[in-house]
Amino acid sequence: MDEALKHELGRQGVIATSMQELYNWGRRSSLWPLNFGLACCAIEMIATTMARYDLARFGAEVFRPSPRQADLMIVAGTITKKMAPQIVRLYNQMPEPKYVISMGACAISGGPFKQGYNVLKGIDRYIPVDIYIPGCPPRPEALLEGFIELQKKIDGQQLTGDNRPRHLNAAEPSEFPIPQFGEHDLKPSKNPDVWHPPLVNISLADNDDSGTA
Amino acid sequence: MSAIAEFPSAAHLTPSSDGDSQLLEVSMGPQHPSTHGVFRMDVVLDGETVVKLKPIFGYLHRNHEKIAEDETYLGSMPYTDRLDYFCSLTNNWAYALAVETLAGVQVPERAQYLRVITAELTRLQNHASLIGFLMQDMGASGTPLMYAFREREKILDLFEALTGARMMCNYMRFGGCRVDLPAGWLEQAKQVVAAFPRFLDQYESLLAGNEILMARTQGVGVLSRELAINAGITGPVLRACGVNYDLRKVDKYGIYDRFNFRIPLGDHGDVYDRYMIRVLEMRESIKILEQAMRDLPEGPITDPKTKVRNFRPKPGEAYGRIEAPKGELGFYLISDGTPNPYRYRVRPPSLINLTVLEDMCLGRNIADVVIILGSIDIVMGEVDR
Repeated sequence: MDEALKHELGRQGVIATSMQELYNWGRRSSLWPLNFGLACCAIEMIATTMARYDLARFGAEVFRPSPRQADLMIVAGTITKKMAPQIVRLYNQMPEPKYVISMGACAISGGPFKQGYNVLKGIDRYIPVDIYIPGCPPRPEALLEGFIELQKKIDGQQLTGDNRPRHLNAAEPSEFPIPQFGEHDLKPSKNPDVWHPPLVNISLADNDDSGTA
Repeated sequence: MSAIAEFPSAAHLTPSSDGDSQLLEVSMGPQHPSTHGVFRMDVVLDGETVVKLKPIFGYLHRNHEKIAEDETYLGSMPYTDRLDYFCSLTNNWAYALAVETLAGVQVPERAQYLRVITAELTRLQNHASLIGFLMQDMGASGTPLMYAFREREKILDLFEALTGARMMCNYMRFGGCRVDLPAGWLEQAKQVVAAFPRFLDQYESLLAGNEILMARTQGVGVLSRELAINAGITGPVLRACGVNYDLRKVDKYGIYDRFNFRIPLGDHGDVYDRYMIRVLEMRESIKILEQAMRDLPEGPITDPKTKVRNFRPKPGEAYGRIEAPKGELGFYLISDGTPNPYRYRVRPPSLINLTVLEDMCLGRNIADVVIILGSIDIVMGEVDR
């Protein structure tokens, strides 16, 4: 639709929009995060919702304690191998459309505790992550930035076609297998359908088996 | 999974009235809005009354102690920030104190004052946030916590100006502190401290005589003096029972013997006393801060004789403890003469204070469990480490 005509109609009190714009506007403007914190990053997440940074400006002040009522999971903190199954279970319980923000170094890769025997090296091994926010912990401004990026991502989604989001594609799964405790590690140790580690140049990384295995 | 989460059968417990009631086992957490992190309790209920409560830990076990044994002594300092992530500066101090005891390092005068100033500011923001969270647990959704975080942000600004980080300060070094005060910091800190009593007055006028608060907290979660001492409880939870034990007075670590301040004591040992103790402690902290900022001397902030690189204490062991906002925080170190400790152990106040949770909750309603847990002031990073 012509932008000038749309503007003119708006001045006359007529709103013209497309279904897609309306749909995306509604979803991005009222994201309800899951009231769920793991570690240090959760305190910065709380600080973001407080008066100074005021996440409510972006329509996300309604933190729901129940996953059934939430559509955004902010994974804020270190994920241990004991906690990872619960996180995947919570994610599975959330209704579509749902999004995940991986907040802080620990949720991305294990962070400073990566060498620990009990720390999961990133939640993206089990569930799809939309936005990564680096930092230890990220400042509230960084969370806001990540949040705005997520809104942009939602705004760019199409209702039809090949680029349509996962929840509009019946062939894509909405739930993911929950890992179980094995003898030494979680089983499976990753979900290969979800986890796509960056490809490294093998010839340059002869003796380096960290990070990609 | 089952080996870890197994709960002893509730079959041997019998309901109070015969015939009509049956016991219900509820798992609270690890994802629960009131558990202050990823804490889980298995609660057995008779109606709404708690018959049995079993805490289940380990959802945030991050291998802090094991990692520290592979790190150099200084390399563990940033990890201590993440123990009790509300109070990184007091964690730094406790660890620095343990290493200084181990290696026999002296701390210059100015650094001692800087440590006291940052530690007491930490205590202010911890207690203010805790009261906000406690009110949140009681159903005062949002508003008290927003007031508390408004004040906390002012103190975090000071931390950021001084150390470069809001929460993970990594400020103390063996034999001193990392950086000196930036220009204008002391004036700003004086303003923040001078304005703090006004916030406390406002907060107290809203809360201290509040009827709902008194009904929910007075006589709830009573901890007896004997049990508190026997269980090794420390910090505000112990002092709320009326036991006069504060390491700032007992050990006089650092330079705490130079300041004029009092230790507030409770009488009943209930949730209300624990709340009140924290309010009064904040007022005493302000007194310490005023004196410390007035007397702050000039001089070096680190001991020049302490090696930064290749720091190897002589073989031996040491225990350093301070009065952290949550209680006695101790670090126990064994050195075998190598650059990393042979054994590194943390005595977290939150974990030890949590051990009496069941005793305080038995016979109370399930809703009281939430505020009793809130009044202990736990941080899971420290409990599970």
